[in-house]
Amino acid sequence: MTWTYKNLGLIAEAAGQHLILSFLSVLIGCAIALVLGIVSARRPRLYATFLTIAGIIFVIPSLALFAFLIPIMGLGMKPALTGLSSYCLLILLRNVVTGLRSVPDDVLDAADGMGFSRWQRLIRIELPLALPLIVSGIRIALVTVIGIATIAAFIDAGGLGAIILQGIDQSWPEKIIVGGALTALIAIFFDLSLSWTERRMLRWRQG
Amino acid sequence: MNLLSEAFAWILNNPAEFNRALGQHLLMSITAIAFALGIGLPLAVLILRYGKLAAVAINSVNGLRTLPSLAILAIMMPILGIGLWPSIVALTILALPPILINAFIGLRDVDPDAVEAATGMGMTERQILHKIRIPLAAPAMFAGLRTASVQVLAGATLAPFIGGGGLGDFIAIGIGAMDPSRLLVGAVPIALLALGTEFLLGQTERLMFGERRAA
Repeated sequence: MTWTYKNLGLIAEAAGQHLILSFLSVLIGCAIALVLGIVSARRPRLYATFLTIAGIIFVIPSLALFAFLIPIMGLGMKPALTGLSSYCLLILLRNVVTGLRSVPDDVLDAADGMGFSRWQRLIRIELPLALPLIVSGIRIALVTVIGIATIAAFIDAGGLGAIILQGIDQSWPEKIIVGGALTALIAIFFDLSLSWTERRMLRWRQG
Repeated sequence: MNLLSEAFAWILNNPAEFNRALGQHLLMSITAIAFALGIGLPLAVLILRYGKLAAVAINSVNGLRTLPSLAILAIMMPILGIGLWPSIVALTILALPPILINAFIGLRDVDPDAVEAATGMGMTERQILHKIRIPLAAPAMFAGLRTASVQVLAGATLAPFIGGGGLGDFIAIGIGAMDPSRLLVGAVPIALLALGTEFLLGQTERLMFGERRAA
């Protein structure tokens, strides 16, 4: 464990990079999924098309996806962010649309009757009501991306995967364990705290 | 497009090397899936009988799921050395959670009325398992197999980094030498393999069990 004690700063830095990479990817993915979701929630054919494309990206193994991006974007953060945010699209899009569709028709009618414009209805009624499902999508996406982000180390995007890679290259099990376990702990932490948030939101809505 | 034809030309000029990598890729993936099925399905039946054990098993397997696949592969190297076997063990661990959890939930959540009717007909526990639970849980088991297969194929691309070979080798070489066409020699077949598997298993699922119910 001496390596860990002596390099706590380095490990913290890698964990920070890992978090930034994961958060930014989910944020970008979320922005795209919201736009696509809002556009396609009431257009089943368009939604099916978006879902198929997102599904294809999701099935392509992450290392291969990064390999496709290298000739276009080179190495580093840019292809890593692009790859990781495309991965979350399937999860986020599905939850955004399910959330928007779960808003009852009479609620929408009531909003229309009160003279809300389409835009007002979306911002003040539909999105708030869809929020618990969107948060649940963010949780699953974030947990998934935190795991996959380790592979971004292969394309020089840093993060905890870089510590695991060092461990492989130097046959140093401690580094592999520290990198792997810390990634798992971060994923578990966000899984638990976001499901807590989800429950709070549901209770607040009912109460 | 130019890169793509370069990659294709490379495969045509080096068929032996390409086929060996493809063979390794398939061999380790299929072996790992077979092992995971061999361990996961009996284990699901076993923990079905013991409620406490089930909670422990499911929770620990779920914990395993949060470990990044890269770490699971990497840690095999100091334990088992390099080569094909450490990768197969790691991929088996990767495939186990979806197979075990899907099979367990499928077996557990069988319609209680069906089980009751079978009991009323005088079936033994064993008969209920074989004639009621397993057939009714088959769709869930297959869904687990499908998830596991895609995960294993993705995990197998990381095998070359622990000396396990496979198609990921070309990506590793491509990144090392910054050779974009070599990257595609690995990436295109890997992507096609994953998409093809997902598509085929999805079609099989639909043919055998009708529209997909729950995951």
